[in-house]
Amino acid sequence: MVSSLLLNTVQLGVKSLMLHKLRSGLTMLGIIFGVCSVIAMLAIGEGASYEAQERIKRLGSTNVIINSFKPPEANDDSGSNQSSEIDYGLTYEDAARLQTTIPNVGDVVPMRIIRENIRFGRNQVAGQVIGTMSAYPKVQGLDIVRGRFLSQMDDKHQRNVCVITKGLARRLFPYQDPLVNTVRIQSVYYEVIGMVQETGTIEQRPKKGEAEGEPIDNNVYIPLSTARARFGETIVRRSSGGFSAERVELHRIIAKMKDTESVLTAEPQIKQLLKRFHEQNDYELIVPLQLLMEAEATKRMFNIVLGSIAAISLLVGGIGIMNIMLATVTERTREIGVRRALGAKKKDIITQFLIETIVLSVGGGLIGVFIGVATPLAVSYFTNMMTVITPWSVLLAFGISGLTGIVFGLYPASQAAKLDPIEALRHE
Amino acid sequence: MPDPEAIIQIKDVEKNFQVGEIEVRALRGVDLTITQGSYVAIMGPSGSGKSTMLNILGCLDRPTRGQYYLGGEDVSQMDDDTLSAARGKRLGFIFQSYNLIAQLTVIENIQVPLIYQGVELKDYDERCKELAELVGLGDRMDHRPTQLSGGQQQRVAIARSLVNDPLMILADEPTGNLDSETEHEVLEIIGKLNADGKTIVMVTHEDAVAARAHRVVHMKDGIIAREVTN
Ligand SMILES: Nc1ncnc2c1ncn2[C@@H]1O[C@H](COP(=O)(O)OP(=O)(O)O)[C@@H](O)[C@H]1O
Ligand SMILES: [Mg+2]
Repeated sequence: MVSSLLLNTVQLGVKSLMLHKLRSGLTMLGIIFGVCSVIAMLAIGEGASYEAQERIKRLGSTNVIINSFKPPEANDDSGSNQSSEIDYGLTYEDAARLQTTIPNVGDVVPMRIIRENIRFGRNQVAGQVIGTMSAYPKVQGLDIVRGRFLSQMDDKHQRNVCVITKGLARRLFPYQDPLVNTVRIQSVYYEVIGMVQETGTIEQRPKKGEAEGEPIDNNVYIPLSTARARFGETIVRRSSGGFSAERVELHRIIAKMKDTESVLTAEPQIKQLLKRFHEQNDYELIVPLQLLMEAEATKRMFNIVLGSIAAISLLVGGIGIMNIMLATVTERTREIGVRRALGAKKKDIITQFLIETIVLSVGGGLIGVFIGVATPLAVSYFTNMMTVITPWSVLLAFGISGLTGIVFGLYPASQAAKLDPIEALRHE
Repeated sequence: MPDPEAIIQIKDVEKNFQVGEIEVRALRGVDLTITQGSYVAIMGPSGSGKSTMLNILGCLDRPTRGQYYLGGEDVSQMDDDTLSAARGKRLGFIFQSYNLIAQLTVIENIQVPLIYQGVELKDYDERCKELAELVGLGDRMDHRPTQLSGGQQQRVAIARSLVNDPLMILADEPTGNLDSETEHEVLEIIGKLNADGKTIVMVTHEDAVAARAHRVVHMKDGIIAREVTN
């Protein structure tokens, strides 16, 4: 019974709106644009921040990364053609102090990073030699694909062993099992004991245009002690008329904290500790968690701006609807009088006009959802921008469009119901 | 106490309209009893209170003073919703200017009073078709009001006034907009309804129209001046 009346009222609403197709269509435009822009902009924004957050997460949200950093004034000291040696950066002592003095610190992993050519037979690939410790896979997302990672014993005995990345293996030995081979760096041979796949480090963020999941990953991991023994701490660069040398003990230290809360408390403590032992500003801290929080804050801002735009456009759409409905009520005063005479209660009149407004706004909302979902899909298809259509954004936009109908329909509907039946019947 | 024979009884009804400072006394003490099956015409000069009376009889307005019993129920005490329900269940209306709803077809216009009765419209399909045929529009059921002549529109309105099987049909100058030929057609239909037992109350200013009624009530300055039985 009730549903039959409702169905009848909806049909009537559609009929009444179809009487003025152009007018109804134009009225819906406001809602269409509002809903469409909410969904499309949220999808594009969500896609952008998703990419950023994924990159940051790959750095490890409980990590504090400290990089050695050549201080700018050190450049000025070096004479143009004089031989010079610059001494800067993180030290083994720094790593030891971090391990012992920072509360809630887990693994502290020191790293030396040296650019070298890696050779196998006649193959040669430019890559990075990374001297590090056994805890490295724990702090940096590393999948061990074959064999094992470096052990403490490897480090203790300065063994000439190495673990290589999958990418490097593919480039060096395309047709052979890497685990039975050795690679040569400078003049030393290293036995390959494992193969890993990096999920990402600072240097290995996928650059634009590269396929996701295929970072440049020509890395060779060797024990830190071995790296120190084979490569020393001084890197010499020949330049015209002389040479410059840089002495750096550690290029990077990654400190993994026990949990995310400790990361934020540890950051100032680490800064303070380093400041005490470094005269010059020769290091930089990267706190992925902080980057993540910043990214999230940016996203929140973005969402607020977006929300405001959406609210304004839906408000404008709603006002448009209200305007048309008020005109409709005036136009159809006679009809209202007739319906009242034939038994319609005030609430029946309210329902009729409210449903008509909701048909308008929900109709506009549906079209808006359709265009709003199609737009980001088209953007993803034609550009390599990532978009994420979240179900809640669709529900939100659609829900708001329905709500707009109710809110902006109530006033015209109540105006219609307020009419005196006799007056309404007399209306020309 | 209301007369049990009467379907309508009004007693000492007054109706005042406040127009700015001035109080217009449209009805100044009217008594009227209408029994089942009667055919009453209300006549009188313009401004004598005919429409005001019909509006009160039709539960569209409440008297300022006095009682109105419709089928034994006191209308003067009803609230807006109950008045609406009373109109929808017990009364049928025919207006001078037809008052069909433009966006609906003939058959849908006939259904309108049923919508507010909360009944399943499907159960009444047959009845609505019969009514359309009764007024001679069986072949026009899917037409819109704008596609019909004045006489045809008024016939749709008559069918609509019958759909809820009302106690009484109220008509305010139902032939006022029609030429004499279609006037005759419409009055024939109304006469036939009365012959079948429907109670009819009709406002008119034409003697020829009033002549068809059993009772003619003459109004003047808001009171009933005299009554003639045909
Ligand atoms: N809504 C109203 N407001 C003020 N005065 C009214 C209203 N309706 C009717 N009147 C007055 O009441 C009197 C009777 O009007 P009405 O019943 O329409 O007369 P009739 O139908 O006999 O021509 C007239 O003087 C008219 O001006
Ligand atoms: Mg009148």
